[in-house]
Amino acid sequence: MAGWPILSITTFLPLVGALFILIIRGTPEDVNRNARNVALWTTLITFVLSLFIWINFDPANPNYQMVEKVAWIPTFNISYHMGVDGISMLFVILSTFLMPLCILASWESVKTRVKEYMIAFLVLETLMVGMFCALDFVVFYMFFEGVLIPMFLIIGVWGGARRVYAAFKFFLYTLLGSVLMLLAILAMYFLAGTTDIPTITATAIPREMQMWLWLAFFASFAVKVPMWPVHTWLPDAHVEAPTAGSVILAGVLLKMGGYGFLRFNIPIMPEATEFFAPMVFALSVIAVIYTSLVALAQEDMKKLIAYSSVAHMGFVTIGMFTLNQQGVEGSIFQMLSHGIVSGALFLCVGVVYDRLHTREIARYGGLVHNMPKYAVVFMFMTLASVGLPGTSGFVGEFLVLLGAYRANTWVAFLAATGLVLGAAYALWLYRRVVFGKITRDDVRAMADMSPREIAVFAPLIVVVLWMGIYPSSFLGVMSASVEQLITVYETKLAAAAAVGPELAAR
Amino acid sequence: MDVIVVFLPLLAFLIAGAIALFAGAPHDDHGHGHGDHGHGGHHKADWRDTASQFVTAGSLLVCAVLSWVIFFQVVGGGAARTVELFTWIDSGTFEVSWALRIDQLTAVMLVVVNTVSAMVHVYSIGYMSHDPNKPRFMAYLSLFTFFMLMLVTADNLVQMFFGWEGVGLASYLLINFWYEKPSANNASMKAFLVNRVGDFGFALGIFAIFVLTGSVTFDAIFARAPEIAGTTMTFLSWEVPALTVACLLLFMGAMGKSAQLGLHTWLPDAMEGPTPVSALIHAATMVTAGVFMLCRLSPVYEYAPAALEVVTVVGALTAFVAATIGMTQFDIKRVIAYSTMSQLGYMFFAVGVSAYGAAMFHLFTHAFFKALLFLGAGSVIHAMSDEQDMRHMGGIWKHIKITYAFMWIGNLALAGLPFFAGYYSKDMILEAAFAAHSPVGTFAFWLGIAAAVMTAFYSWRLLIMTFHGTPRANEHVMAHVHESPAVMLIPLGVLAAGALFAGMLFHNGFVGDGRGEFWGASILVLEANDSIEAAHHHLPGWVPVLPIFCGLIGIALAYLLYMFFPGIPGAIVRTLSGAHRFIYNKWYFDELYDWAFVRPARALGYGLWKSGDGAVIDGVGPDGVAAATRDMAARAARLQSGYVYHYAFAMVIGVVLLIVWLSMFG
Repeated sequence: MAGWPILSITTFLPLVGALFILIIRGTPEDVNRNARNVALWTTLITFVLSLFIWINFDPANPNYQMVEKVAWIPTFNISYHMGVDGISMLFVILSTFLMPLCILASWESVKTRVKEYMIAFLVLETLMVGMFCALDFVVFYMFFEGVLIPMFLIIGVWGGARRVYAAFKFFLYTLLGSVLMLLAILAMYFLAGTTDIPTITATAIPREMQMWLWLAFFASFAVKVPMWPVHTWLPDAHVEAPTAGSVILAGVLLKMGGYGFLRFNIPIMPEATEFFAPMVFALSVIAVIYTSLVALAQEDMKKLIAYSSVAHMGFVTIGMFTLNQQGVEGSIFQMLSHGIVSGALFLCVGVVYDRLHTREIARYGGLVHNMPKYAVVFMFMTLASVGLPGTSGFVGEFLVLLGAYRANTWVAFLAATGLVLGAAYALWLYRRVVFGKITRDDVRAMADMSPREIAVFAPLIVVVLWMGIYPSSFLGVMSASVEQLITVYETKLAAAAAVGPELAAR
Repeated sequence: MDVIVVFLPLLAFLIAGAIALFAGAPHDDHGHGHGDHGHGGHHKADWRDTASQFVTAGSLLVCAVLSWVIFFQVVGGGAARTVELFTWIDSGTFEVSWALRIDQLTAVMLVVVNTVSAMVHVYSIGYMSHDPNKPRFMAYLSLFTFFMLMLVTADNLVQMFFGWEGVGLASYLLINFWYEKPSANNASMKAFLVNRVGDFGFALGIFAIFVLTGSVTFDAIFARAPEIAGTTMTFLSWEVPALTVACLLLFMGAMGKSAQLGLHTWLPDAMEGPTPVSALIHAATMVTAGVFMLCRLSPVYEYAPAALEVVTVVGALTAFVAATIGMTQFDIKRVIAYSTMSQLGYMFFAVGVSAYGAAMFHLFTHAFFKALLFLGAGSVIHAMSDEQDMRHMGGIWKHIKITYAFMWIGNLALAGLPFFAGYYSKDMILEAAFAAHSPVGTFAFWLGIAAAVMTAFYSWRLLIMTFHGTPRANEHVMAHVHESPAVMLIPLGVLAAGALFAGMLFHNGFVGDGRGEFWGASILVLEANDSIEAAHHHLPGWVPVLPIFCGLIGIALAYLLYMFFPGIPGAIVRTLSGAHRFIYNKWYFDELYDWAFVRPARALGYGLWKSGDGAVIDGVGPDGVAAATRDMAARAARLQSGYVYHYAFAMVIGVVLLIVWLSMFG
């Protein structure tokens, strides 16, 4: 398949599926059934196809691979440029992996506007995959911003009672960030004369300008991650989103922020990165401790997991700004792991929500008696979330903290309190929902997981264990690119330090 | 063989776990309509129970036998070896593998873990015979054993951490085995969280070691340790002695797992779990992991004398404080739990005075006699229809003579009376502490002596209150008192043999003249620190005899107070009511922690949520901005996709701007 534009095919195949769904006609039942089936098969095929990206990927090569480049608007030097390296490739796989599970998880819980729902998810997949592959700022920006449209629809149309408020909050935050990023992209265009990402990455940018550009990008990505204190949209968005929406939101959309930092802030603006790293550490440490404590006080299952996401993403931002091998690899690994684990935790909430239609923790209790399989799955994912060794959560968290310890012991010390706090809120949630006696009849009547639900969780469990026991499959893929990222960062800094006095003299 | 010994329990867990989860519930939910019908005498063995018991107990018996084979192979001057399995984490210069390190230290632990575990598995068949969830219980026991084996065979700190947290998980699951009890839920969470506090230190310790030595593999660390001794590193804002701080961080992990003073509050509560669990996890194996860890790291600790002094003091204080509390408790399991904590204190101060061999020896003998005591207590509880309060026991020795005899053996070993197992190991520890001739060593010696009196006292208080005097249970219970079945008594017998002979047989190897050959390279003691050597040669004659006297005094006191003059304890409690209340309430550690950590954390969480996120961030940020445009938004919301519309509009503006700018300047 060497000659094929595999990235573009993977990116746009879901769109083809969406078109098919669009032309489905018949009775409402037929339409719904066919829409589900087409969506499932499309996402499954896309996933299988994306595996070829992994298979064709050469882990020893730190540069962009499977590159496709077509002039698009030659006047402005804008091209349709796609490619993956060790940093982005696994995010593509993460997106295509979660998608069929999301479709499957929505099989019965989504009953209204099924056709539109499936189309929204397929469009979303195209945009997500495209975003991780894009190597031109214009292409990137379109995918990056475009992702929000289907997500809006998913929250706004299929969401809960306060979906309007949640969508509005989401809108305000992200708009602010992305406008600034657009300005930054324009500024870079004028400097480099192109929107080509690899070219810009190779361009030296004056220190002063780096600072402003860095902040502009930071505004956009920090909202996405989300970092404290711009995180408050996330709990509301999660609470209102349908289950599969939460899975994608936590699983992939949050990673767009972290990916952005790695792809743009660090290699393009290294001096600013060095300058602002302490601020990122401070905000991240606050995020870890603050949101863990807040999670402890939650009474809504989804809100609790949403806050835990903020804490976990705090580890991610710490890791990447340590700029050592362990820290950066740990943060990428943590993003992948969190994508799986938090997605699975939201699915766990979805399982009981589908039965009792409430997210209030106090309404549950004692589920272990009538839902033992669910109790095992939920326990497993809870443990992965608290980073028990042997699960994926451990590897990421451990490498991040190790990297942090090398960079700054205070950061490691304070962030490591997350080990205790994280266990506290996670086990406290589990205990209230699953253990104890059953006191209510409607809870007692809840049935254990169906085969369809088990089919959703089984792959997630396998991946969590695989990542926890043999993480080399993943770390090996990213190490060359991460090493190059760090080298680029350090070389540029060294060059700047050498040139610095000279410039000052002028 | 090495691989089988470690992974067979995992396989057993998977099989029993699958039975528990997928084979359906044998007793529950079958006849939903006819409730209690047939509750009295359903003792027909269910295939699920039988299969899970056979698989798990059978596997562990195999493992136990193989462990002894490995033990004699390795300590008999055989090959210490490392079996590399495969790479675990490889990131830059940080490399760690899954590997099984089989050396003398590991061999001792293998024997302890697998022997006790096998006995507990067999015992559980009888003890849990009335429980509907036998497959789950057996599965958890095997899972625990697997993690414990991974811990003791680790050849690097990270795999040790894997086993370490894994046994913590198993402990959590087993304490919470009866998950409908809120007290069990609380106790299990407490155990996990307090251990996590220790693991916080452990993790930081691993990072420190990695930064200092460039590796987390034991051999590489040990090779570098002498060079680093005396160097400093920056930790937080201070320049600190590198090895001392790294060792103290690691010791924090050991304190959590081994319930040392400060991080001990979870252990007594852990008695919520079924008694076989207490015997296996909270007495013989898991709680000794901290001691094992320090002995494993002896080539590092030897170069951090200040850290060793801290270990000595903490260990000595733990031995003393736990013994005081043990004298006042009434729950038979809690008395033994505090006794365990106290004995762990002995092991730690042995480590602190560089008597690693003595610490391991006490770990070894203690595993037998403490497991015996717990399982014996379980036999008593079983006989007394699940009564655990000694105030409701008494006068039952005639009915359960075999259990009674086993409890005597266990207590004689615990009190350290000559020729029982505990005598050899505890005496050795006290002698080494004395012979260390350091201020902390002497401190530990005298606290240890005081604790020895108390140990003997609470042991016989337990024996007398449980078995002698007039029966204090009601007639119904008394009529039901019965000796346990053979499936429970045989494991007791095996452990009793250990409590009788383990000291005598292995004395020479662990701490005697044969110890150099016995331990090989697995333990490092610098010549200047060799307190065991000093204890063998320069010791006043009264030192070895004193602990025996202490034991006898304690026993005599217990007889005096509880057998002959039963009014005196009450009188003492009344006269010293303040002191008694303080000790009875466990020195108020729980209350202190609740006040200092638990409540503030909850209050802070709630406050940050409502005021921080709610009032400040949202109030100033989106909600404030939103207030201005809310009317418009509300109107727009009636159109299904109003916001998307806006959003798309914003994007269009963006693209237009881009194109305008490009065409103007491009």
